[in-house]
Amino acid sequence: MSKIRIVHYINQFFAGIGGEEKADVKPELREGVVGPGMALNAEFKKLGKDMEIVATVICGDSYFNENLEEAKATILEMIKAQNADMLIAGPAFNAGRYGAACGTISKFVQEELEIPVVTAMYIENPGVDMYRKDLYIIETGNSAAAMRTAVPAVAKFAVKLAEGATIGRPAEEGYIERGIRRNVFVDKIGAQRAVEMLVSKLNDQPFETEYPMPVFDHVAPGNAIKDLSKAKIALVTSGGIVPKGNPDRIESSSASKYGKYDIDGISDLTFETYETAHGGFDPVYCNDDSDRVLPVDVLRDLEKEGKIGELYRYFYTTTGNGTSVKNSNEFAAEFTKDLLADGVDAVILTST
Amino acid sequence: MVKAIERSGIPVVHIATVVPISLTVGANRIVPAIAIPHPLGNPALEPAEEKKLRRRIVERALHALTVEVTEQTVFDK
Repeated sequence: MSKIRIVHYINQFFAGIGGEEKADVKPELREGVVGPGMALNAEFKKLGKDMEIVATVICGDSYFNENLEEAKATILEMIKAQNADMLIAGPAFNAGRYGAACGTISKFVQEELEIPVVTAMYIENPGVDMYRKDLYIIETGNSAAAMRTAVPAVAKFAVKLAEGATIGRPAEEGYIERGIRRNVFVDKIGAQRAVEMLVSKLNDQPFETEYPMPVFDHVAPGNAIKDLSKAKIALVTSGGIVPKGNPDRIESSSASKYGKYDIDGISDLTFETYETAHGGFDPVYCNDDSDRVLPVDVLRDLEKEGKIGELYRYFYTTTGNGTSVKNSNEFAAEFTKDLLADGVDAVILTST
Repeated sequence: MVKAIERSGIPVVHIATVVPISLTVGANRIVPAIAIPHPLGNPALEPAEEKKLRRRIVERALHALTVEVTEQTVFDK
């Protein structure tokens, strides 16, 4: 068998081009490995496999997500030109836009070029829910500190895919459940297996269900506002807008808290008074004018003109990047009590 | 956060740049934004023009709040 040619997709950060200030770089192809590809190639060598990352495609996370169609088309051509036998994207860990990009390009390549693809993310990465049904997504830790364990897992799985080996169950292979059921022969009949599971459960022993229930977490839409001119509107953001100096020291990512700030009498957020604490996007434009993320100026105008009843006197803010679903839920559940108590009719929530 | 607020019955409109993420997260009323570092602005515009742009997005969001929806809806015009 001739060498398996792999193209690796990574973002600007893992390519060493830069952080958020470089998240708008366009797709670029480089021969050979860049960044984590080096460890992947070393792993293939260690496993004694004739597989190699021959080229790396680098794209800024913001560019990809803001120019979806162009980015997909350009990157597809780059991969095609390499005569790739396989695509590896990421790992993206808990980086949301990177995960969405890895998932999107992987699915597109799988469909258009019909070659095997594999990507890797943390379970709470939004890319997981977007693409788990379509792709093999190797489960990783939530930050690049988990690279050491992610690389061998991805490499091992890539070998299986390349060799056309039978892919086992998610827990055995380390990928995130795709919701696919397969018929298999087992020694014990269903009744026996069910009783064994029940006994394990009653004894607080681990057991693995054969039919996990889907988790439906949809929330019914709130009723529409009848009369905006009487409505009290509150602003909430995951864009990390805080009074200048970040008095409550909200973390720049993986936030453990949120802020509640009084905007009574404030009709414009300026570079002297507000900024963002968010570490997941280039803060230059937002620090210059935080209305670009939290539109206080426009809502004050609308309030004066009588288009809305009133802008609620507090806004709530946290940094949405890498912040766990559990924390976000708890923050919002807590401040929603204020909103209800103060008769807020509707919320505008802005995200970067 | 969108879902945790809306669970209380208060309607939420999500102004977000990456609409697919907003859909995945489960927002019911979604208004697309301009760009990740400046969802409600565009530094390339003159300040007055930029504020008009921001006002259009906010007005669209307010409009979305006045529309009854039964499923996830993207208000893109």
